[in-house]
Amino acid sequence: MKKVLALVFVLVLGALIMNHLNDNNLFAGFGDAMLENRVSQSYIDRDATENNDGVVFDESLDLESGAANTVTAIVADYRSFDTLGEVTVLFISSFGVALLLGQSKKRIALEFKPNFMLKIGSRALFAVILMTGVFVSIHGHLTPGGGFPGGAMIASSMLLLYLADDEFRAKMRGFKILESVMGVFYIILGLAGLMITGFFLENFLDNGALGTLFSAGMIPIVYIIIGLKVGSEISSVIDHFLSEEGA
Amino acid sequence: MLINVLEIIVSILLLLLAFLALSSKSLIKSVMFLSSLSMLSVVAFVLMKAPDVALTEAVIGSGLVTSLFVFTLLATRKVGQKQ
Repeated sequence: MKKVLALVFVLVLGALIMNHLNDNNLFAGFGDAMLENRVSQSYIDRDATENNDGVVFDESLDLESGAANTVTAIVADYRSFDTLGEVTVLFISSFGVALLLGQSKKRIALEFKPNFMLKIGSRALFAVILMTGVFVSIHGHLTPGGGFPGGAMIASSMLLLYLADDEFRAKMRGFKILESVMGVFYIILGLAGLMITGFFLENFLDNGALGTLFSAGMIPIVYIIIGLKVGSEISSVIDHFLSEEGA
Repeated sequence: MLINVLEIIVSILLLLLAFLALSSKSLIKSVMFLSSLSMLSVVAFVLMKAPDVALTEAVIGSGLVTSLFVFTLLATRKVGQKQ
């Protein structure tokens, strides 16, 4: 009975959505949308210069945005304020976990004993995964990826350490201090942009040559900040999950 | 042509794995199916030319979420079962 009701409910909702989309004047019909009038298309069309001259890696100077891929240019440069909001959402979720599970001091005992191979293997893998995370964070303006996947990689290397050793607890106080300091740095960077150029989080550094490591102005700095912040937040969430009370 | 056949195979496998993850009775099997679903969706994202999303999915979907689920399953036990 419940399943039939659920099916009917889903069908009615779908019919409502279809009906509403068919005579809606907010969205253009299929094929009628004026893509060239939209902002997203103009971001995609941009060639990192203001008048689409074409760029050469390692030589082009004085670009509007120095990132070597479109996604990074939008996420960390044009729409950096949205990224600040995203980081805040992650901060609030980690804060909520800390508030709910933060009282207990003891680690959960695992059902299995980690054997020798698991201990040594995860020690070795820890370094590799940590360095990959740092690499992805630092090269965010050149390769796909950036601060969020890099931070998640750093946190999963921490998770490996927790998996390998029954007694292991990281020193969470350091992670919390790092996380808050990085958050403050992001705001300070935004305020510096406001002071120098007149817009919050506007790029005020030299863009350099396209495709080199020290280029793209603020984007690498923003991505290093985000990588460290996300990594320490997810690490503290993992620590709270594994030191829950009453297990 | 090759890419098209690959895409069709990947999407059919995705649907199959999602159904298996929903319908399997054992929780640990369900988590494993979910993890392989994430792995395959990484392939799908690469085929759709979205390497950023593929990287994030590989780290979060098949790394962090799977291990958190496995940890939770290891730490819990059935009602009434001793230690």
